Amino acid sequence: MTREEKVDYLKLKAKEVRKTILTMIHAAQSGHPGGSLSAADIVTALYFDEMNVFPDDPRNPDRDRFILSKGHACPVQYAALALRGFFPYETIMTLRKEGSILQGHPDMKRCPGIDISTGSLGQGLSCGVGMAIAGKRDGKNYRVFVVVGDGESDEGQIWEAVETASKYKLDNLVIILDRNRLQNDNTCEVIMPNLDLVKKFEAFGCNTQHIDGHDMGQIVDAFGNIRKSDFQGPFAIVAETVKGKGVSFMENVVKWHGVAPDDEEYERAMKEVEGM
Amino acid sequence: MTVFEKGKATREAYGKAILELGLENKSIYVVDCDIGKSCKTLEFAAQCPDQHINVGIAEQNAAGVAAGLASCGKIPFVTTYAVFGSMRMLEQIRQEVCYTHLNVKVACSHGGFTPANDGASHQGIEDVGIYRTIPGMTIITPSDYESAYNLVKKAAAMDGAVYLRFTRDAVPCIYPEGTDFEIGKSMMLKDGKDVTIISSGDVLSFAYNAAEVLEEKGISARLIDMHTIKPLDKEAVLKAAAETKGIVTVEDHNIINGLGSAVCEVIAEKGGCRVKRLGIQDRFGESAPYKNLLKKNGVSVEDIVSAAENLIGG
Repeated sequence: MTREEKVDYLKLKAKEVRKTILTMIHAAQSGHPGGSLSAADIVTALYFDEMNVFPDDPRNPDRDRFILSKGHACPVQYAALALRGFFPYETIMTLRKEGSILQGHPDMKRCPGIDISTGSLGQGLSCGVGMAIAGKRDGKNYRVFVVVGDGESDEGQIWEAVETASKYKLDNLVIILDRNRLQNDNTCEVIMPNLDLVKKFEAFGCNTQHIDGHDMGQIVDAFGNIRKSDFQGPFAIVAETVKGKGVSFMENVVKWHGVAPDDEEYERAMKEVEGM
Repeated sequence: MTVFEKGKATREAYGKAILELGLENKSIYVVDCDIGKSCKTLEFAAQCPDQHINVGIAEQNAAGVAAGLASCGKIPFVTTYAVFGSMRMLEQIRQEVCYTHLNVKVACSHGGFTPANDGASHQGIEDVGIYRTIPGMTIITPSDYESAYNLVKKAAAMDGAVYLRFTRDAVPCIYPEGTDFEIGKSMMLKDGKDVTIISSGDVLSFAYNAAEVLEEKGISARLIDMHTIKPLDKEAVLKAAAETKGIVTVEDHNIINGLGSAVCEVIAEKGGCRVKRLGIQDRFGESAPYKNLLKKNGVSVEDIVSAAENLIGG
């Protein structure tokens, strides 16, 4: 596959991921569409191209690990897992329902393909650091990919984890910051300005790239740059994104952090995504 | 009354046990938070460098790193003080270790009033109560060097989250070398038919001496070391309730939600006898000699003896 073919393929997959996100949140009438849609292109590129995962053997010790540290956006990961065949596609209709493997926030004990349970913000990256250290010390080739939110980066633990990743020269760790600029109550700028995240990751010792997180070509190239790099430390990608990306009435609207679309909104949203 | 030797700090036993474990098993890891010197992991760090991580003064991160290691098959011991191990990293342990059923141990020195001179900021008097409320956590509070050494080994062999509490300062040696313990099964140090004293952790020697004093006074006291507070050895508690006239609990922990509370929960539902709880009276400590701190809270040999006599007399 040429780069162009790959990008086109991933764009189509991202569309399926977005539709799956909307369908499961609509069915549940509960969940977090905004931050799921902002991370959709990144997560699609990871699950359909970059990561080495085994849908039929989800606990394979050599798999790449994926951690959604901003766990409330789990519909995006559930969508990717469903489309990759980690569980039957129709399972998405059970999101947030009693007895479902698709808990409101990811649960590694219930859902195949979840490498660590998240949901309490600020914690997933530390777990990724532990996995990356284990991988290096065991001489394994797997890599660890962690998607972190910008609102989530208010938590000091994120920066404790980045320091640790630098100290232990974790060149098998990739941090992707979903820079959608909105958090629960308002914009990041109003609630807690993140300042210059690119400079922050650089100051904390990461090889850092700054991309458009909805430009599939830039996403693919950023992962390609990491593969080629001989940098002896953690990698960071600050991905500029739009919360609610793909659905006009959700884009950049704080309210769509954690509410589900009604029937009419769902129909409109699905049409808009189809036309993306 | 037995005069115990000066004894040893149980954190020293942790240091010895974790080093042996690390040398035997490459999956044993220590995650330190820049107090390895106080928590006795320096020798582990020197001899097992590939199994040692020091995240600096960042306890919450330490808990998460340990969870990540455990998800890859390692058996990490997050090592810090009781105050930080039970409070600073509590929610991380709940979310990433207990909820996930990962095999992480939280090994903490400076339990209770044992860091006596350090003052209240460093005296972990709430730890047991806090962890009792987290599903899936096993809580072990060894009373002396030998029990600490043995129970660290047992915790390493058990699959699941364990909180271990050690003493900063020396405590009397009670058990002979080589004594074997079972997690969740209490030790009866002395049988008795009139009253039962149930203790745990560093104050067990007080209870031991109190049982001797009672014996001299003609009162037959049973003495139980409840080294595992969760899961509690309910059978031993119910047996004591059935076979003796009252239970005195003795702990170096806040009177709320520690050993005494755990015993009372069992007795309240089954009945059988009265319970008198001795422990820290829901107030903070200060920099002072260990025995004075406990005495101010009504925990001493004399207090245990009179509590037992009152129970019997009543």
